[in-house]
Amino acid sequence: MHLAYPAVLAVLLFCTGLYGVLARRNAILVLMSVELMLNAVNLNLVAFDVWLRDALHAGQALTLFTIAIAAAEIGIGLAIVLMVYRNRGTSDIDKLRDNAETAGPDDAGPDEKAEATA
Amino acid sequence: MSLAAAQGFLSPTGVEIAFLLVGIATLGAAVVTVTTKQLVHAALWLVVALGGLAVEYLLLTAEFVAWVQVLIYVGSVVVLLLFGLMLTKAPIGRSPDADSGNRPAALVVALAAAAALVWVVVDAFRTAWIDLDGPAQGSTKVSGTILFRHWVLPFEALSVLLLAALVGAIVLSRKDRTTDREGQR
Amino acid sequence: MTTPTLAVLVPLLPFLGSAAGLLLGRTAPGFVRPLAVLPTVAAFALAVLVAVRQGGGKAIDAATQLTPTGSVPIDLALHLDGFAALAAVLVGLVASCVQIYSTGYLRGDPRYPSYAALISLFTSAMLLVVYSGDLMVLLVGWEIMGICSYFLVGHYWETPEARAASLKAFLVTKLGDVPFLIGLFALAADAGTFRITGILGAVAAGGIDHPTLVALLLLAGVAGKSAQFPLHTWLPDAMAGPTPVSALIHAATMVAAGVYFVARLLPVFAASAAAMTVLAVMAAVTMVGSGLAALAQDDIKRVLAYSTIGQLGYMSGALAVGDRGAAVFHLLSHGAFKALLFLAAGVIIHAAGTNSLAAMSRMRGLTKRVPDAYWTMTVALLALAAIPPFAGFFSKEAVLVAAEHTALGDRDVAPAGAGWIVLVAGMVTALLTAAYATRLWLLAFRGRGAEAPGLHQAPDPARAGETPSRQPLVMNAVLWVLAVPSLAFGLTVGPIDDWFDGHALTPTVTTAVLGTGIALVGGLVTYATWRHTTAMAARFPLGAVAPHPQEEPAVSQAEVIAPDPADPGRLLLGPLHRHAAAGFHLDAVYSALFVRPVRAAASLVSFLDREVVETYVRGAGSGTNLLGWAVRRAQTGNVQTYLSALLAGSVVLAIAAVLVAAGA
Repeated sequence: MHLAYPAVLAVLLFCTGLYGVLARRNAILVLMSVELMLNAVNLNLVAFDVWLRDALHAGQALTLFTIAIAAAEIGIGLAIVLMVYRNRGTSDIDKLRDNAETAGPDDAGPDEKAEATA
Repeated sequence: MSLAAAQGFLSPTGVEIAFLLVGIATLGAAVVTVTTKQLVHAALWLVVALGGLAVEYLLLTAEFVAWVQVLIYVGSVVVLLLFGLMLTKAPIGRSPDADSGNRPAALVVALAAAAALVWVVVDAFRTAWIDLDGPAQGSTKVSGTILFRHWVLPFEALSVLLLAALVGAIVLSRKDRTTDREGQR
Repeated sequence: MTTPTLAVLVPLLPFLGSAAGLLLGRTAPGFVRPLAVLPTVAAFALAVLVAVRQGGGKAIDAATQLTPTGSVPIDLALHLDGFAALAAVLVGLVASCVQIYSTGYLRGDPRYPSYAALISLFTSAMLLVVYSGDLMVLLVGWEIMGICSYFLVGHYWETPEARAASLKAFLVTKLGDVPFLIGLFALAADAGTFRITGILGAVAAGGIDHPTLVALLLLAGVAGKSAQFPLHTWLPDAMAGPTPVSALIHAATMVAAGVYFVARLLPVFAASAAAMTVLAVMAAVTMVGSGLAALAQDDIKRVLAYSTIGQLGYMSGALAVGDRGAAVFHLLSHGAFKALLFLAAGVIIHAAGTNSLAAMSRMRGLTKRVPDAYWTMTVALLALAAIPPFAGFFSKEAVLVAAEHTALGDRDVAPAGAGWIVLVAGMVTALLTAAYATRLWLLAFRGRGAEAPGLHQAPDPARAGETPSRQPLVMNAVLWVLAVPSLAFGLTVGPIDDWFDGHALTPTVTTAVLGTGIALVGGLVTYATWRHTTAMAARFPLGAVAPHPQEEPAVSQAEVIAPDPADPGRLLLGPLHRHAAAGFHLDAVYSALFVRPVRAAASLVSFLDREVVETYVRGAGSGTNLLGWAVRRAQTGNVQTYLSALLAGSVVLAIAAVLVAAGA
């Protein structure tokens, strides 16, 4: 089998996940997209492991580890999302803007109003 | 490797055809996952995508990884995600605001990244050939052997990590008395 | 001890006293008075001793060099001749009197310690100028006097006119000091030394290349220090200082320094006929103008200030005709009687509670209140008016005799024209001097009207501390001490010329009769006018006088003079009175010539600073603000935006890296 097939598939899956992370509004959907990206990486690891015929099978071992870590990550992530939801009543990422730079008192920027209300 | 020159892209083997078809299905499911307006459907499409990946692992002779993929991802992660959706009272049905205003930028970045990566990957591995003959490289026996012979220390460390994650998740999601009272106010 | 050692101690003692007074002034107030008085008195005693030892004989020179100073050496040098010895005695006497007088006059003043220390420093600087045999060392004393006069004139710095007067004194004298310094350097460059003996030797050998230029530059500094036209304007305003300071500045130290300097370097000036003529014209203008101005002043201290300017004009006149003996003789006698005049005026101002002559002319019984001041001031005014046999008569006659000899060609040190100028101006000034002396006496002591107000009333809250309920004994004692030389100093005219250049200083019959006659005429005319005006004024109701005595002198003066018909000066001067009262508007001329251009330049600079320089500053600030605003716009708080930007950047970088790698 050509190595290009799994490699290209991994790239496309990764970019799909990338799009999801950047475009989705719901935090849980963002987590799903993160899972897609992780799986793309896993696919790469397995394909290259098989291609290289690694004696230690480092690729597959790392895949297993990644899966375990992803499970832990999804657990923690969901816990965080739940807590945010409980505290804020929403899990929309673009509503969590506490770190936004608010207009200072001496600021004379033309669009500060619009920015503050956004 | 020398076989790669003999094997052209225009004369695919049976495994390659299977891989290609399953890959298209997987990619399609992934795209639907990140674009659908129905949140629960997204989780279900994710099951399809992850399952497709498990099939791809099988095609790459990595049996053990494939089963782990099915067990962990499809079995637990997606269930967790569904619980998460449920607990955050995600709307059932189409929600028009599933995508944020960042979507065009996300599309541009994703397409640019895809183009660049595909170009680089194809350019680099055009001639690489995976020899799938011989004994399976990812059978349970092989995986177990290398895992507990060579990778036992990271394996144990990982168990500590999982424990920490477990404790962390409990602490984070536990309903604290004070926060509870504030939440109900 | 040798005479030079004693002479070194003379300036050193007041300096040490001043340093100790400044150091101990706060911690040990009990030592302040002894530290102020004793070193000065000791310096006076030593100065007398030095004068006795020197005895008017050959000049004593002593010098030591502290460190090599390049091509033109600067020595710590003494040059003790008759002029120096006698001038030092005068300085010591006046300074001692002022210090003793100040213990009474300024008792209770919170700033007395620093005041006394500055007086000591001032005295020390003047003694340094007097004894110094090196022009650089002389310049040190010269400049210390400048800064001390700034501090002392501004003693009552709470009042705006004192601040303005101190600044004015400093700036005007500095205006003269700059050309003075350049002149000193030019002189030293020509002569190759700063030593006075060396310079005089170079002059005698004809070694000075540009005598006129050097002399004119030096004259500028002299005019500033000695308050000669046109740099005299600081002196009347310096009356804002305490009265003892006025006495010190006017009688012995600051203003005398200029005349004394010219006397020391007279051969340098005599080498240039043009400089002598300029000096003569300067002296003549100063004499006549100040005489007219003094006749129109209302503030008693300003009258005395203008009279000082006039008497300094006499000294300059004597120098202009090349007779430094007469000049220093007049300097000595004037120092005595002018110090007496100021100190007595201080007592009178205490008693009357006002500076204004017009106000005093409405007071009865002032003479009974301050009999000592009355008698001593009478003596001093007679000396000022040059009535024989008082001191001023002899010294002034010496000047007039020298001028007459020069005019008639008997002496050839100075051009004959200078002699005529000085002679005529001196005669006119004798008339004016007698007139304003008489006017001062009549208005101050022959007042009629209400009883003088109680002594407990302070003229000004700021000066309440200096108004004692009773005239202290020390103040009156000092007056009598100074009255002795005012009365009898002229009698030394016979022996004293040995101390100077040896020209006879005795009056000749012509000038004596002429001068005394003119003075008598001036006095009598003033008296007659006074009788006339008081008779006229008796018919008018007496209005309030000096409604704002604590205002600026010019203001209160304008308020007082206008309604005062009893002033003989008004009648005598006629239409000239208004201009004379304002000092012939010289301050206005200065304002138009210097102050306004400087202010215009300053406003131009401030405009440039505000509109041009600050634009850049503001531009830098608002540019940064704008950038900050733009950057803050990026901080939306949306994590996805951040991540998009981050990944887009990564993609761009990766593509760039790949392209570079592919290209390579």
